[in-house]
Order: sequence, then structure tokens, then C-alpha cells
Amino acid sequence: MWRIDEQLAELNDRLLDFGALVEQIITLAGQAIIEQDIALAQLVIDIESGVKQKEKGIEALCLKLLMQHQPVAKDLRVISAALKMITDIERIGDQSSDICEIMISMDGAPYITKLEYIAQMAAATTKMVTESIDAYVKKDLKLAKSVIKYDDIVDELFDKVKADLIEHIRSGKPNSEQAIDLLMIAKYFERIGDHARNVAKWVVFSIRGRKEKKPKAQENAEENQNQPQSEE
Amino acid sequence: MENLSLGLEAVEEIASLKISNRKIMGRKPMDFFLFAFTWLGIGITAAVLLFVVGYVLINGLPHIRPSLFAVQFTTENQSLFPALMGTLMILGLALVLAVPLGIFSAIFLVEYATRGSRFVKIVRLTTETLAGIPSIVYGLFGFIFFGVFLGWGLSLMSGAFTVSIMILPLIMRTTEESLKSVPDTYREGSFGLGAGRLRTVMRIVLPAATPGILAGIILTIGRIIGETAAIIFTLGNVARMPNHLFDTGRTLSAHMYALANEGTHPGEAHATAAVLLLVVILINALSSWIAKFVKS
Amino acid sequence: MNKFSIKNMNLWYRDFQALHGINIEIPAHQITAFIGPSGCGKSTLIKSLNRMNDLVEGCRIEGEILLDGQDIYGGIDVNALRKRVGMVFQKPNPFPMSVYDNIAYGPRTHGIKSKFKLNEIVEKSLYDAAIWDELKDRLKKSALSLSGGQQQRLCIARALSVQPDVLLMDEPTSALDPISTAKIEELTIKLKKDYTIVIVTHNMQQAVRISDNTGFFLLGEMIEYSDTEKLFSIPKDKRTEDYITGRFG
Repeated sequence: MWRIDEQLAELNDRLLDFGALVEQIITLAGQAIIEQDIALAQLVIDIESGVKQKEKGIEALCLKLLMQHQPVAKDLRVISAALKMITDIERIGDQSSDICEIMISMDGAPYITKLEYIAQMAAATTKMVTESIDAYVKKDLKLAKSVIKYDDIVDELFDKVKADLIEHIRSGKPNSEQAIDLLMIAKYFERIGDHARNVAKWVVFSIRGRKEKKPKAQENAEENQNQPQSEE
Repeated sequence: MENLSLGLEAVEEIASLKISNRKIMGRKPMDFFLFAFTWLGIGITAAVLLFVVGYVLINGLPHIRPSLFAVQFTTENQSLFPALMGTLMILGLALVLAVPLGIFSAIFLVEYATRGSRFVKIVRLTTETLAGIPSIVYGLFGFIFFGVFLGWGLSLMSGAFTVSIMILPLIMRTTEESLKSVPDTYREGSFGLGAGRLRTVMRIVLPAATPGILAGIILTIGRIIGETAAIIFTLGNVARMPNHLFDTGRTLSAHMYALANEGTHPGEAHATAAVLLLVVILINALSSWIAKFVKS
Repeated sequence: MNKFSIKNMNLWYRDFQALHGINIEIPAHQITAFIGPSGCGKSTLIKSLNRMNDLVEGCRIEGEILLDGQDIYGGIDVNALRKRVGMVFQKPNPFPMSVYDNIAYGPRTHGIKSKFKLNEIVEKSLYDAAIWDELKDRLKKSALSLSGGQQQRLCIARALSVQPDVLLMDEPTSALDPISTAKIEELTIKLKKDYTIVIVTHNMQQAVRISDNTGFFLLGEMIEYSDTEKLFSIPKDKRTEDYITGRFG
């Protein structure tokens, strides 16, 4: 086995480990929201504090690989994709913990509405995160593409949550201020979906050498710059 | 880690080499013997050389008198002057005949002929064979061909032609070697600029090979001056200066041979040897000075 | 516009076929790099472009090599060809003469005798090869006294002295230290404005840094030829990928 292959295998292992951690965080965060479990939310925040350090470790490994091997072609794509992916993965962890913080700040007040769509968003984004990391590990182009597509479902759910909450405020029911908190939670889930989609795009890039075409015209323009970028 | 330990090993090895170098005596018996033999070799060589030169000079120099350089040879003065002139004439003529021919043949063989072709091999085999033939055979050939067949008799021409045939292989050989030692990258550089073969050979290869060629010529000068057998057969051994190209004469070495053979003038024979030695040293010094001048 | 067009070229050294069916278009005013493992034929190919292979016994070429549309193996004066297509070699090979005479050798070969003109050419060539400032006070010194990097730039200046169209470089930096290498790379990029450059290199990073197009050769065949950035980011052929990522053999 070539030395670079050993190091790439190590990178793979550490990305997998990193992904699994964030997967766990978002799963637990979803659970904490739905069950309004403050202790669990606190646990999520605690676990999340380890994410940044893991990200730094992988970043250092990528830089070392670039320096030692001056990789080209597939190696370069895999390493640069990893370098970009970990930023997105770290954001997912960060936003999961933000969700938990909002929930804790709500101080156990009963939800003003049933969390039907938010629960669906939590499930959908968790699935996206899990599958995008799976796609990276298995170099599964199809799976990665399905994740990218799945983001539309999350966006739709977010619109539904938003409409729901607007309706609630308009009808003049009490505790309308909670609606803002819930909207923010939903927005965070929507962002998590975007980050998971970015991860999947980097997976496509590492396999094929270019990112998946974006559906919207305005984003096509960005693609034409011929430089893979993540959108933040 | 692996690299590091390898590096350490290398350092250790170098260190141990240094030690064994410093303590050459006593460490390894083979080292000591080789060391001793190389010094013995150089010692013996230097001693023999010094002895010969010393012997010739000590025995010869006291007998050098102005009358030895009289223009005319008589039985009283035993003048070596005609022989000295004869030597220089033969030397000059033979070089004029053999050097251009040898150099141009070598250029042809190295620069023009297909390398490793059959023709080159045959020419090379011939020259090598010629180089190995004893000089007396050349003498006989020169005597029969130039002296008898062409009717030149015992003369400067017969002598010079014979000697030049004799030294031709040597000049070709040394020139070939020095041409071959000119790196091909020079030729590539010249061809790459669009220079033709002639210009490349004349402007790049020959100048670079000149020191080697001159060294070869110096070697052949020694050979010519020292030649005796072939000279006696073709130039003759008459103690007077040749007056024209088809006149007979003698060279210093032949003169020495005659003196030593008669046994009546051992002092003059030694003096001649000393003069011959000095002439050789002088000519060599002159040629290496020219070589240095050409090089810079 | 293409400077060289190579069509269905095969090359033999006696019985050994060193190049198989090569087809390349080499664009003008660009740097084209040939990469590949030792013995893959890349040097052989570059040496065919100014017919340096003529010097090798038993070398036989089939197919066409067109320079500006003219077949260079069809009744063209080889010395005129080499004046148009200059070459820089792997080992710096200045002639054993002064810096000035090294540069003046080429123009003198092609009949320039005027001292004034020669001075002008020497200065311009050395200036273009980015070595004038270093050597302007040492023109009478022997070229062999220069450092390896200076010698190689002198050789580039010498190649420029006959005003070629094309500059062939056969591993020009393989014998040099990193700083001299960087200087020559920088110079090469500068020169492509006025010359078409073809470079053979073992240093893949060098090909990435300076070339516009790259051809990958293996066992006398051209496996892949494309835009350098493309070849080094998404190679089409598995063999190219293995070679450029260092997983070869």
C-alpha cells in the first residue's frame, strides 16, 4: 500500500468518526426539542463542545497531506473536499447546539402548537446528514445526489412551519413571542439541511471532479465560475 | 522513523570509515599492505628514474666540450652537431608528414564515419597492428620500399617517411581518444544551433580536444628522437649533416649507437646521451608550454 | 494556431519501436509539457522536432511532423530547421569558451560578422534570458566558471541568439537546485510571449506550474493530451491518474 493511501485511509476514518459525532448530536437535538427534554439539550451542548477540536485535527491532517504529497487529480479532490466538508459538518453541530440553547431559553413553557412539521424537519435533516456522510464513505454518487435532492423537501417543510406560525400570530392567540423562537429553530433545521446538501455536493465533487449542477438559474451563474464553492 | 534510523546508520558508517582511515596502520592487514605497496611502487619508480637521469648526466656532462658542437665531424672532435641537426630534421619532417594525416584520419573515424561500422573496425585493427610492430621491421620496409623500390636510397626522405608511418598509429590513436573524450553535449549544443558538422568539428570539437592531441604529439616526439634501428636502415649512419632531402646523415641516437659500438669514445658517447636527454626535456617543456598557451 | 502538427508518427531505433502512432497539435505561444516515466519516449519525441534524432544511428521515422504546415522531414535544410527550433538540454552544456563567444557562436554560424551586430545580439539574448545583469561584467570569462543555474540560463540565451520560433527544453532543470529551477521556470513563462515552448520534465509540479498543455506518455504511446489543469484535476485515463498521483508501478 502506498503511503498516501494509508494517510487517506486515516483521513477517511477520522471524517467518519467526525460525521458520526455530528450525526449523534443532531439526532439527540431533534429528540430533545420534540420531547422538550432540557437535560438532554444540555447534554447535546456539552457533546458539541468537542466538535471544533475534531474539525481542527482533520484540517491539520489535510494540510499535512497537501504539503507532503502535493496531490493532483483524485487525491487533490478528495483532500480539498474533506477540507471544505468539515466546515459544513462543524456548522451542523454548531446549529444543533443553537437549537438546544433556544429550547432551554424557552424555560419549559408548553409549545403553542403541535411540532408536527418541525419534527418532520428534524427527521429529514438527520437523514440527510447520515446519508451524506455515508455517501462520502462509500463513494456513492447516487446516494449523494439523492441527498442534494432531498433538501427541497426540507425547504418545503420550512415554508409550512412558517405559514403555520404566521397563521398563529395573525389569529391573535397568546404566547405569540414563542412563535419567533420556533421559527428560529425551524430556520436552523433548514440551514442544517443546506449544510448537509453542501457535504453531498463535495462528495460528488470528490468523485466526479465537478459539483452537481444546481437547479436554480442564479446558482448556475455561480457554477460557471468553475470553482467549487460552498454557500454559507 | 524508518528514514531517521537509516540516516543514523549511514552517519555511523561514515564515522567508522573515518576512523579506519585515520588508523590505517594496524587496523586491517590488507589496508596496510596496499598502503605499503603503493608507496614501494612509487619509490622504486622514482629511484630508477633518478638513477638513469643522474647516471647519464654525471657521466655525460663532464665530457661536453665546445668542440663537440663543431659544424664538421672529424675523428678528433667527434662532433655531435651534424647528428643533432639530423635529429631535428627527421623530427620536423616526420611530424609535418604524420601529424596532419593522423589528425584528419582520426577526425574522419570519430566524427564522420558511422560509429562502430565495419570500415572503422578494420581501420582501427590495422592501426593497432601497426602500432605493435617492432621498429626494425619498419626499418626494413622503409629500406626496401623507399630506399630500393622508389630509389630514394639512404636519405632524409626515406627516414622521415618511414618514421612517420611508424608514428601515424600513435597520433591517430591519441587524437581519436581525445576527440572521443569531448562530451557529446558540446556537439549537440552546436548542432542544435544549426551549425553543420564541419563547423562543429573545427570550432567546437577540435579546440576542446587540442590539449589531448598535443599530449599525443609530445609522446610521438619522444618516440621519434629515440628511434635508432629504423633510422639506421633508412637515413643511414653517416656522420654529416644532410644537405638536401635525398642526402644521407645520422641522428643523435644513431650517433650514440655508433660511438658506443666502436668503444673508442665512451666519454663522447655519454656526452651525446646527456645532450639527447636535454633535447628531449627541452622539447617536452616547449610543447607543454605551447599546450598551455593554446588551452588558455 | 498550431505551431507543430504531428500526424501518425512512428519512430524506430533499429528494430525497437520507440514511438507508436503519435498525434499532437502543439499550439503557438503556449508551453506544452511532455511527462511520463523514463524511457516512455517523451525525450525521443522532443528530439524529433528539430531532428536531433538524425544523429542517432538507425533512427527511422514514419508519419508527418509539420512545422507551420511544412513537413520537417521532407527536403528541408536541417540546419535552417534547427535555427528555427532551438534546444536546451538536460545538462547545461556551454561550450568551453567565453560567455560572449558562447552567445556569438550561433549568429556567427549563420553568417553575422559585424562586431556591432554581435554585441547587440549578445546583450539582447542575455537580457532575454534574464542573466544580463549577472554576466555583463564577465563576458570575457569562461562559461565553464559559471554556476550550474547560470550555465543553463546561458544555454537558453545561446538558444535565443539565433532568433528561433520554437524552444525545445529537455528536462532543463533536472540538474539544478530549487532556486535556479524557479528562475528558469519564471523565465520560461516570460518567454512564451515570443516563443512556442515544448518542455520535457520529470517534475510533475513543474508541468502544473508552467505549462498550458500536457501530454502523458507511456511505453512510446501518448496516453492523454489535454489542457494541463484538466489533465491534473480530472485525468481521463486510469494510467494517467496512477502516474500523476504517484501510484505508478
